[in-house]
Amino acid sequence: MACANSSILSSGPDSNSMRIFPLGENALTVEFGNEISLDLNRKAIDLAEHFQNEPFPGLIETVPAYASTTVFYDPTIVRRAFRENPSAFDAVRSLAEMAACTVVQRPVNEKRVVDIPIIIDRASAPDLNFVSEFSGLPVDEVISTFVDRTYRVYMLGFLPGFPYMGEVDERIAAPRKQTPRVKVTRGSVGIAGKQTGIYSLESPGGWQIIGRTEMEIFDPVKERPCALQPGDEVRFMRV
Amino acid sequence: MSLLIRKPGMLTTIQDLGRTGSRRFGINPNGVMDTLAARAINIALGNHENDAVLEMHFPAAEIEFTEETFLAISGADFGAELDGTSISNWQTTNAGKSSVLKFRKKVLGNRAYLAVKGGFKTDEWLGSRSTNLAAGVGGISGRAVNAGDKLECDSSGAGDPISIGRSMIPRYSRFPTLRIVPGGEIELLSAVSERVLFNEMFTLTKYSDRMGYRFEGEPVHLLYEKELLSSATAFGTVQLLPDGQIVILMADHQTSGGYPRLGNVISADLPIAAQLGPGDRVGFKLVSIDEAEEIRIKLEHELALFKVACRLRQQLN
Repeated sequence: MACANSSILSSGPDSNSMRIFPLGENALTVEFGNEISLDLNRKAIDLAEHFQNEPFPGLIETVPAYASTTVFYDPTIVRRAFRENPSAFDAVRSLAEMAACTVVQRPVNEKRVVDIPIIIDRASAPDLNFVSEFSGLPVDEVISTFVDRTYRVYMLGFLPGFPYMGEVDERIAAPRKQTPRVKVTRGSVGIAGKQTGIYSLESPGGWQIIGRTEMEIFDPVKERPCALQPGDEVRFMRV
Repeated sequence: MSLLIRKPGMLTTIQDLGRTGSRRFGINPNGVMDTLAARAINIALGNHENDAVLEMHFPAAEIEFTEETFLAISGADFGAELDGTSISNWQTTNAGKSSVLKFRKKVLGNRAYLAVKGGFKTDEWLGSRSTNLAAGVGGISGRAVNAGDKLECDSSGAGDPISIGRSMIPRYSRFPTLRIVPGGEIELLSAVSERVLFNEMFTLTKYSDRMGYRFEGEPVHLLYEKELLSSATAFGTVQLLPDGQIVILMADHQTSGGYPRLGNVISADLPIAAQLGPGDRVGFKLVSIDEAEEIRIKLEHELALFKVACRLRQQLN
C-alpha cells in the first residue's frame, strides 16, 4: 500500500512495498521492506513506539525488527472496541496503515550513544585469525577496522537483550561458522556478515567471535534488564 | 501453607500464562505450553486464570501436601494418585494434610498441570512467575524444581468439587490436524509443496522441547529461495527450514527468527500441539484469519461463561 500524504512511507524507493500479514490470530507483522537500512529500521521503530505510547484497546505489545514491526493484540478486546471493522485483524491493520502514514519520525539527534568496553585477546577472540584470513587483513587491522565504526542497534532478539547491530565493514564481514559452537561465553562479541552482536547470555551460537565485553548487556535484577535498545548507537572501546 | 516436592520429575517448572510486554527486548514470553489446561483448572479453583501452576512431564513429580489443599490436575493424563487412590483430571479435589500425590503411568499427552487454590507464590519477574530457564529468572530461581523444594501458596482448606465440562477439554490426539492461518511466505509455496503441506502427515522428532517442535516428513519448498531479515516470531509460528523440514515454535521460542513463515497454529489448537510427543504425527489445515478469530472468540466466550458459573456456585455455597 502507499500513503497519500505520507511521512514514514514517502522516503525512498520502497514506498509501495509495505505489506501486512497475520502472525496468528493475535498478532500481525507490518513489513516495510526486506533489507537492512537505516530508513526502514527507523520506520519499524517509530511505528512500534507509536503504539506503545498511544495504545489502542486490546494492544498487548509491539516488537520492532530490522525492517518490520509486529503488533500483538487480544482479538476479543479489539473486536469489541472496533465493531465497524469486519475482523480484529482488519481493525489493527487499518490502525497500522494509518499510523505508518501519519507517524512523524523522531528527530535523529534523539538517539543514545553507548560506549562498550571490549577485550580483544587470544582467549576472548577465538575467531580473530579466521576473520583475518577471510579478509586478507592483518589481525591489527581487523581490530582497528572493527572498532573504528559506530554501530546502530537495529533490533533485540535471539537472547534477552542480544543486540543485532550493523553495519560491519564489508572487508571483515565474515559469514557465520559452518558448525555453530555448543557454548559461546557470555559477553562475546561476534560478526555474522555485516551484522555484529553481543551474546548477552552464555548460549550456543555460530557468529565469529572477535572479542568480549565485561559490561552487563543483560542483567535481570535491574529494573531495566537490557543495556541497549533498538535505535541506540554503539561504540566499542578497546580495553 | 506449602507443598513439598519429594521427587522433582522431569523438567517440572512453575509457569503462568507467560511474560508479555518485553518481547521487544528479546525476552521471550515462556508460560505454560497448554494454556487451556492451565486456565480451566485455575477457573475451577476460583483462581485468576493467570495464576502460576506446575507444568510436569513424565516421569512427573511426587508431591506432599503439608496442609489440606484444594487442587486440580489437567492436561496430560499421567495416572494421578492421591495416597494410592486415583483422581481424575479436569476436576477439583481436596487433598488431606500430609497426603502424597504421585503419577503412575503415561496414559495420554505429554504435559500435565497441577494448580492449587490461590496459585503458587513463587518469584515474579517482569510481571510473570513463569520460569525462564535461559535467563535463570522467574518461578523458583529460574530453574526446574528440585527435591526438597517447598512451594508456597496463599490459602488452604477444602473447596467444592467442580468438574470441567467436556466441551472445554481440548480434543487431545496423537495424530491431530492443526489449523493454521497463513503466514508471510505461504504464497511462495510451490503447488506441489502446498499439496504436501496440507495432505501429508509430519512426524514429531525427538528434537522437540518447550522452545520448538521439529518435524520430519516429505520436504516442502518455496518457489525460490528467499533470504529474510529477522523479524518477530510467536508461539505457534510454523517455520520452514532450509532443508525443507517444518518447525513449530512453542512457549520458550526466541522472540525473532529469519526462516520463512508458512503460518501460525491457531490458539485453540496450540493446547493439542502442546500435548504431542516424539513419534506423534500431525496434519495441517489452512483456515482464514476470520475463521481463526471466530474460533478464538467462541473459546474465550466459553471460558468466560465457565468463570461466571464457577463464581455463582462459590457464592451460593
